[in-house]
Amino acid sequence: MALQTLDIQRRSATTTPSPSVRQTTEVAKLIDISKCIGCKACQTACMEWNDIRDEVGSNAGTYDNPRDLTENSWTVMRYSEVEVEQGKLEWLIRKDGCMHCADPGCLKACPSPGAIIQHSNGIVDFQQEHCIGCGYCIAGCPFNVPRISKKDNKAYKCTLCSDRVGVGMEPACVKTCPTGAIVFGSKEDMIQHAEERVVDLKERGYGKAGLYDPQGVGGTHVMYVLQHADQPELYHGLPKDPAISPMVSLWKGVTKPLMSLALGVVALAGFFHFVTVGPTETHDEEEEV
Amino acid sequence: MAKSSSVLIKRYTASDRFNHWFVAITFILLALSGLALFHPAFFFLTHLLGGGTWTRILHPFIGVVMFAGFAGMMLRFWKLNYITDNDRKWMKQIVDVLANRHEKLLPVGHYNAGQKYLFWTMVVCIPLLLITGVLMWQPYFAPLVPIVVARLAVLLHAVAAFVIIAGIIVHIYAGTMWVKGSMRAMTRGTVTHAWAKHHHAAWCDEVSKRDK
Ligand code: HEM
Ligand code: SF4
Repeated sequence: MALQTLDIQRRSATTTPSPSVRQTTEVAKLIDISKCIGCKACQTACMEWNDIRDEVGSNAGTYDNPRDLTENSWTVMRYSEVEVEQGKLEWLIRKDGCMHCADPGCLKACPSPGAIIQHSNGIVDFQQEHCIGCGYCIAGCPFNVPRISKKDNKAYKCTLCSDRVGVGMEPACVKTCPTGAIVFGSKEDMIQHAEERVVDLKERGYGKAGLYDPQGVGGTHVMYVLQHADQPELYHGLPKDPAISPMVSLWKGVTKPLMSLALGVVALAGFFHFVTVGPTETHDEEEEV
Repeated sequence: MAKSSSVLIKRYTASDRFNHWFVAITFILLALSGLALFHPAFFFLTHLLGGGTWTRILHPFIGVVMFAGFAGMMLRFWKLNYITDNDRKWMKQIVDVLANRHEKLLPVGHYNAGQKYLFWTMVVCIPLLLITGVLMWQPYFAPLVPIVVARLAVLLHAVAAFVIIAGIIVHIYAGTMWVKGSMRAMTRGTVTHAWAKHHHAAWCDEVSKRDK
C-alpha cells in the first residue's frame, strides 16, 4: 500500500505520467548470504509487521517452511546443500522474495491501471484495491514472486515495507536481522557496502564472490552478496541473467499499440469504403433492408 | 426478373439464426471485455461488465458459452465452406469485389470466398482462444500451468483475439452496411430473389432448380 502518493515513477496500464514531482533517493536492500544463519527472524518480522499469517504447513525434511512463497509469506528462506568443491559441503541460505526490479515484468504485464506502481525510490508495490486478479503479473515476473490469494483473488508480494520506508524507517526484516546480513540504504551506499563485503570474502577464499544486481532487469532494489556469484543457480535456482521474457515483451511491447491501431484502421477503412465506393444494392426492387 | 424482388428465398432456418445471434452476442461481450484488458486505451470497457474484477471473472465463462454455440455453427456450416477453384479466383479479383464490380466475378455459391475464409479463420481462432483462455483462467486452471506455457498462452490469446476481432469488424460492415439486403437473411431468414441472383448466383440457381 502506498503512503507516498506523490512520487510514483511508473504505474501499470497507464500511458500518461504519474504524480512525480518529488525525486526520492533510490533505495536498496542488500542481503549478504555469507552472513545469514538461516534463523528466519526476517520471515517472522515480515509476518508481524504486515500482520499476515500463513498456514502451519508440514515438514518436508528440510528447513524450508513454508515450502514456497505464498500470498501470506512474502519472504521465505531457501536452504540449499551444495558441494561447490568436491568434499566441501556448503549450506547456502537465501532469503527469497520480490527483487524490486528497476524494469519490473509484473508492472509491464498488469492490465489494471495503478494495480502495480513503482515509486521513484525504486520500490515496486502492489495496490490490491486496484487488482482484478488476472494473474498477468505472475506471467510477467522473471523471479516467480507474485502470488494470488485464494481468499480474495488479489495479488500479493513483498512491499519492501514501503509503508515503513515512506516514513524514514528501514524494512522490518532489516530491523530484525540479528547478524546484520540484511542492510538497507541508498542503492549507491549498498553497492559500495557490497563491494567491501566482496573484498573481504575474496580474502577469505571465496574467489568468485560478487554482487547480484542483475542488469537484465535494469538492476534490482533487493541485491545479494553471493559467495559464488559466478553460479547464482546454486542458491535455490536464482536466475543467472534474469530478464523479462521475450514472450512477455512481445505480448506487451509494440504489438499491442499496433494491434489496437490496426483495429481502428480496419473500422475506419470500412467507413471510408462506405462513403467512397458505397454499398452494393440489388436493383429493380423496392424492398431492401 | 421484374418480380424477383417480391420472391423470397429461404437462406437460414430459425435455428440457424438463433445460433448465429447467440454466438454474435456472446462474441461482442467477449471482444469488449477482452479488449478492456488488452490495452489501457480500452480499459474503460471494464465498466460494461461491472468493473475490472467482474470483467476478469465473467469473460472466461462467457467464452466457454460462446464456444458451445460456435461448435453448433461449425457443424451447421462446415460443408458449405469448402474452398473451391472459383473461390481462389474470387480472391484474386478482390479489387473488383471491393469496387462492387460484380459483373466481372464468377457466379458465387452459398458463400463467397471472403465469407469462407472468415469461417475458417474462426474455426482456427475460436478453439485456440478457448484453449489459451482456459490456460490463463484464474483462479481455476492458471495455477496449474507452467510459466512458459502461461506466457505463450497470453500472447497467443491476444493475437488470436486481434485477428478474429479484425475479421468480425469486416463481417459486420459487410452484413450491415456494405451489402444491402443481407441483414434480413439473418433476421428473417429470407433474401430476395434479386439479392440471391446478384450476390450468390450459383446458389440461387441451385435453390431454384431444387424447389421446382
Ligand atoms: C473461447 C473461450 C475464451 C476463454 C476461456 C477466454 C479466457 C480469457 C481469460 C482467462 C483471459 C484473461 C483475463 C480474464 O481472466 O478474464 C482472457 C483475456 C482476453 N480475451 Fe479471452 N477467452 C475466450 C475467448 C475470447 C474471445 C472470443 C475473444 C475475442 C473476441 C477474447 C479476447 C480476449 C482478449 C483481447 C483478452 C485480453 C488479452 C490480453 O490482455 O492480452 N477472448 N480471455
Ligand atoms: S493479478 Fe492484479 S496485480 Fe497482477 S497483473 Fe492482474 S491486476 Fe495486476
